Amino acid sequence: MDTTDTILEVKDLVTRFATPEGVIHAVNGVSFNLKEGETLGVVGESGCGKSVTMLTILRLIPQPPAKVMRGEALFGGRDLLKVSNDEIRHIRGAQIGMVFQDPMTSLNPVLTLGRQLTEPLVTHLNMSKTESRARAAELLKMVGIPKAETRLDDYPHQFSGGMRQRVMIAMALACTPQVLIADEPTTALDVTIQAQIVELVKRLRDEIGMSIIWITHDLGIVAGLAHRVMVMYAGFIVERAELKALYSKPLHPYTLGLLGSLPRIDSDESIRLTNIEGRPPDLSTAPVGCPFAPRCKFAYERCIKENPLLKAVEVGHEVACWWDVERGKPRYDG
Amino acid sequence: MTDKSTGNGKTEQVLLKVKDLKKHFPIRRGMLQREVGAVKAVDGVTFDVFQGETLGLVGESGCGKSTTGRAVLQLHAPTSGEVVFEGKDLTKLKGEELRKMRRRMQMIFQDPYASLNPRMTVGDIIGEPLEVHGLATGEAKVKKVRELLETVGLPPVFGNRFPHEFSGGQRQRIGIARALALNPAFIVCDEPISALDVSIQAQIVNLLEDLQKSLGLTYLFIAHDLSMVRHIADRVAVMYLGKTMELADKNELYNNPLHPYTQALLSAVPVPDPLVEEKRKRIVLQGDPPSPANPPKGCVFSTRCPLAIDVCYHDVPVWREVKPRHLVACHRVEDGGIVPSIV
Repeated sequence: MDTTDTILEVKDLVTRFATPEGVIHAVNGVSFNLKEGETLGVVGESGCGKSVTMLTILRLIPQPPAKVMRGEALFGGRDLLKVSNDEIRHIRGAQIGMVFQDPMTSLNPVLTLGRQLTEPLVTHLNMSKTESRARAAELLKMVGIPKAETRLDDYPHQFSGGMRQRVMIAMALACTPQVLIADEPTTALDVTIQAQIVELVKRLRDEIGMSIIWITHDLGIVAGLAHRVMVMYAGFIVERAELKALYSKPLHPYTLGLLGSLPRIDSDESIRLTNIEGRPPDLSTAPVGCPFAPRCKFAYERCIKENPLLKAVEVGHEVACWWDVERGKPRYDG
Repeated sequence: MTDKSTGNGKTEQVLLKVKDLKKHFPIRRGMLQREVGAVKAVDGVTFDVFQGETLGLVGESGCGKSTTGRAVLQLHAPTSGEVVFEGKDLTKLKGEELRKMRRRMQMIFQDPYASLNPRMTVGDIIGEPLEVHGLATGEAKVKKVRELLETVGLPPVFGNRFPHEFSGGQRQRIGIARALALNPAFIVCDEPISALDVSIQAQIVNLLEDLQKSLGLTYLFIAHDLSMVRHIADRVAVMYLGKTMELADKNELYNNPLHPYTQALLSAVPVPDPLVEEKRKRIVLQGDPPSPANPPKGCVFSTRCPLAIDVCYHDVPVWREVKPRHLVACHRVEDGGIVPSIV
């Protein structure tokens, strides 16, 4: 993590969904960058827009019902939201790899693994049949699947959940991408299998040197994996900081609440968990004030009227909040 | 702070005694539907639950923890074993006798979206057990429902609404109100928070803790979230492939796990603190759990155990108390074996 070259830059992304019940404001002006070799953790609860953000960038979101209102996603000097369909297909397969949450449904059940693993190699790297098969076996070995050569002829149902997720990772890494986007890749897995996958990704990260965006709702996984973390709520980034700063000094009341509501496995004491009162945000109306205000114990008048922007309050630590939780008073005067 | 977690200064009365409980689901094949095997979902589970405590039951998916919970409540008829509740063996009770006992034990389900009938109002859902057991009808029922809604932190007027009008956390509160309707002594909480968002989980856990205090409830808390179980439970039992592997007071179990599986399981749980994660050592188990239709001979964990020796592949380890209040089933405990961890 010595280089600070930005590999992916997303600016002011806005995605909405048109539904019979009205417009859903899923992503409301999200900007971030990903540096070379960096692992960026994206943390938030269901419906916070973390997945939609990534799907929008990769143009994997069906339009309609979704509509990308504005924004840019700069990757290698090109705007991913504007390049041709052929180009984005090539980038998705070869330069940006993806792993999704559910390893049970992301593989095609009627094709052998060999067929699914060699496809990107043939399409994007113009490999021959034998070359691609050898590489596919190598990939399976890399992610720790025994008897890789023979297992290429097996179908997805012949693998367990953890193994399927390994296969998904192998597939995402088939063309040695510069960026890996992992969307809750361990959520559907048991904790011992989750540990296997996290260790695997860490090892591959060091070997290949790729950048990773790791989307999760679990602040525990991120703590052992990411370099930087951004916390999302209701389609906004509400806090962003270096890993240790976020955990040692959370500045947004939502981040504070999330950390307080997590019990610790390494603590003898059983302290009462802090609640975040209320219910998840309603995305069907554009928020006027701060989207977290209805659940925030620090909220005051300004929070209901104006939505705070994400602003750096310390070097490398940004927060979108009117209240200074450390000093216990409004952060900005006036 | 109470010292209930250590069990000090408290006489422990056994409320529920589960002895060598088994639940096998037959596998049938062919035209005659002959039984060709069995999924041994629960295959010899033994534990006690003390009056007023929370016993955490943890394990990975498919280990039989939910089946155990259901077999305890006789929602699955156990294949064999005893379930002694308030002095009566439930597996031997039938009909009206069993129905009477059911009042004393209730269940809270994992999925608040699937466990509430969408065509019934919240009031009918919560009031149904009262009517079924002939405890209250008409005005009395309505009054009781309003009380129950208040108990779980919902406005009493919500009784006229339907489940789809509520969020996941609110639905789980409705499920809890229904479980409380009959004034039970014992509640099986089957993963009551795993379908909820993180910020809502704490609300429900706090509610369950408050209710336990005010109503003197006893919980069997089934979960795969080991951090949450450490928080809520007094004692914890660990299951693997249909068997109990280890059982101890929670701090003893988490600080001094004796079974290699418990050690690996605990080391795999991430801690939300980068400073701790940096220094932590992790035991990464190889492979996946075997199928419960064809469990390994000897110790069921032997195929993945880093400490397995010859005897582990042949003999089933005995479930025994190796120190006071600390039970374990492992051949290697006396060797003082700790699984070597990786960084």
